Amino acid sequence: MAETKVIERKPLSLSERTYLPQIVSGLKTTISHMFKPSVTLQYPEERPPIPKGYRGVPTLVKDPNGREKCVSCQLCEFVCPPRAIRITPGEIPEGSESEHVEKGPEEFEINMLRCIYCGLCQEVCPEEAIFLQDVFSLSGYSREELVNKKDKLYELGGTLPDSHFKWDKKKAAEEAALAGGHH
Amino acid sequence: MELTSILLKIVFAVLMIVVVMTMAGYSVLIERKVSSWVQGRVGPNRTAPFLVNYIPFIGPLLVRMGIFQPMADGLKFLFKEEITPGHVNKTYYFLAPILALVPALTTMVVIPFGQYTDPSTGASNPLMLAPLDIGILFIFAVSSLGVYGIVLAGWSSNNKYSFLGAIRSSAQMISYELSLGLSVFPLFLWLNAPGVEGGLGLNAVVDYQQNFWFIFVQPLSALLFLVAIFAETNRLPFDMAESETDLVGGFHTEYGCFKFGIFFVAEYAHIVIGSALFTLLFLGGWHFLPGLSDPWPAGWIGAVLSTIWFLVKTVILIVFFVLIRWTLPRFRYDQVMKLGWTILLPLAIGNLILNAIIIALIDSQ
Ligand code: SF4
Ligand code: SF4
Repeated sequence: MAETKVIERKPLSLSERTYLPQIVSGLKTTISHMFKPSVTLQYPEERPPIPKGYRGVPTLVKDPNGREKCVSCQLCEFVCPPRAIRITPGEIPEGSESEHVEKGPEEFEINMLRCIYCGLCQEVCPEEAIFLQDVFSLSGYSREELVNKKDKLYELGGTLPDSHFKWDKKKAAEEAALAGGHH
Repeated sequence: MELTSILLKIVFAVLMIVVVMTMAGYSVLIERKVSSWVQGRVGPNRTAPFLVNYIPFIGPLLVRMGIFQPMADGLKFLFKEEITPGHVNKTYYFLAPILALVPALTTMVVIPFGQYTDPSTGASNPLMLAPLDIGILFIFAVSSLGVYGIVLAGWSSNNKYSFLGAIRSSAQMISYELSLGLSVFPLFLWLNAPGVEGGLGLNAVVDYQQNFWFIFVQPLSALLFLVAIFAETNRLPFDMAESETDLVGGFHTEYGCFKFGIFFVAEYAHIVIGSALFTLLFLGGWHFLPGLSDPWPAGWIGAVLSTIWFLVKTVILIVFFVLIRWTLPRFRYDQVMKLGWTILLPLAIGNLILNAIIIALIDSQ
């Protein structure tokens, strides 16, 4: 068992009992704090630095060629724990720039009143089309306003760099196969 | 009295009310600014009436210092919805804020704030509204009436928190009033010692401090007076009346909008008057520095300069009030009572007796 050590309490000295030296040293601390630079961030004008990997509002992104990346596989819709995502898949018309992709979202809604910012949608997306980025303040006057529609999602998301260009490669391979007939 | 002199008095009175009210408003700003600096914040820095921001350099600077914030605060109090709770005793409920403000503003009548030296005769007169001979007694008598405002507010609110706050503050004020009075008596003993032409007027105290300040000669009195003033103005560490952690808002829990604004102004007016009083009694009033003769030229320029110097000292004291607020935690109620009755009061009495003996010894030689 641990030994109990009784600490002797010394009686206060006279100067301690007047409290005055303590008050003076306290005042010194207070005054020194007065001249320290303030830590205030002038919020709407200045913004805090957002760390990498921050999970802000989920957004849809485009690839560097400006094409929509989402292929409407609906994995995010299935994985989303609070069922915040609603996707209406649509076909991609023939002759369009991205016809090789077969499917795209006709309508894509994320209900920000439901979203819990878990980031599962970003994790599950096979196309790296949905990202939780740095938007952290969200407000609106009605419930409808807080359901982000497709155009809003793309506006928030913008374009992110892409290193795979998977569909481009696939297309090139297909074309090469048609032309050359390897494989 | 002829009409012009009466008119002049009225003009002076209005001027003084304007100045004291403005100072009360701006001590709120001082409080907010100093508090935020102490806490590493910037404080109010956004209020800008139209176009002020477009004045080059000075405009944004004023805005950043929050110079316009007190006006915004005042307007806010004016335009808020006037709510009267259903369970209050209406007459006294409305009377209380007035009763709190009036004594605070009345005491300033006898406070001298500068001196006017006649260029032709060289005689200097203090600037004050009413040159009463019993200045200090008048102040003690009137300022202790301020407690009625608080007691009435607490009682008429029909709310346990208000009531507790009021009871506490009245008990506290009564206990500290004794030490407050006794702590300054030694000054007036010296002022009226044999061979000195004194009186009880505040201008006499200031004149007496031409070459030395009382704070250096009577440090114990100064300390007791300062502590008692803190208690009288209900400032931290003695803000028993409000102590929002245990009493919601204290005596003004049920008050809102303009009525609360009046309480607020009264509180800060008390602080302004208290600081002014301390300056007059212990810091030499408008006299320049201890040991130096006043550099104020004769005539109105000198009068204005001396007034400004007096105000500078007062403002420094107000800042000190705020700094103490962020240095010391609030006392417990029993500690307040113990400090008042078993430490301050005996010390004040001892100090008084000691000074009386010294004066008697000097006199008998
Ligand atoms: S972050 Fe989570 S909750 Fe929000 S949309 Fe994505 S999966 Fe759903
Ligand atoms: S965002 Fe990604 S996971 Fe969701 S439907 Fe589009 S491609 Fe599939």
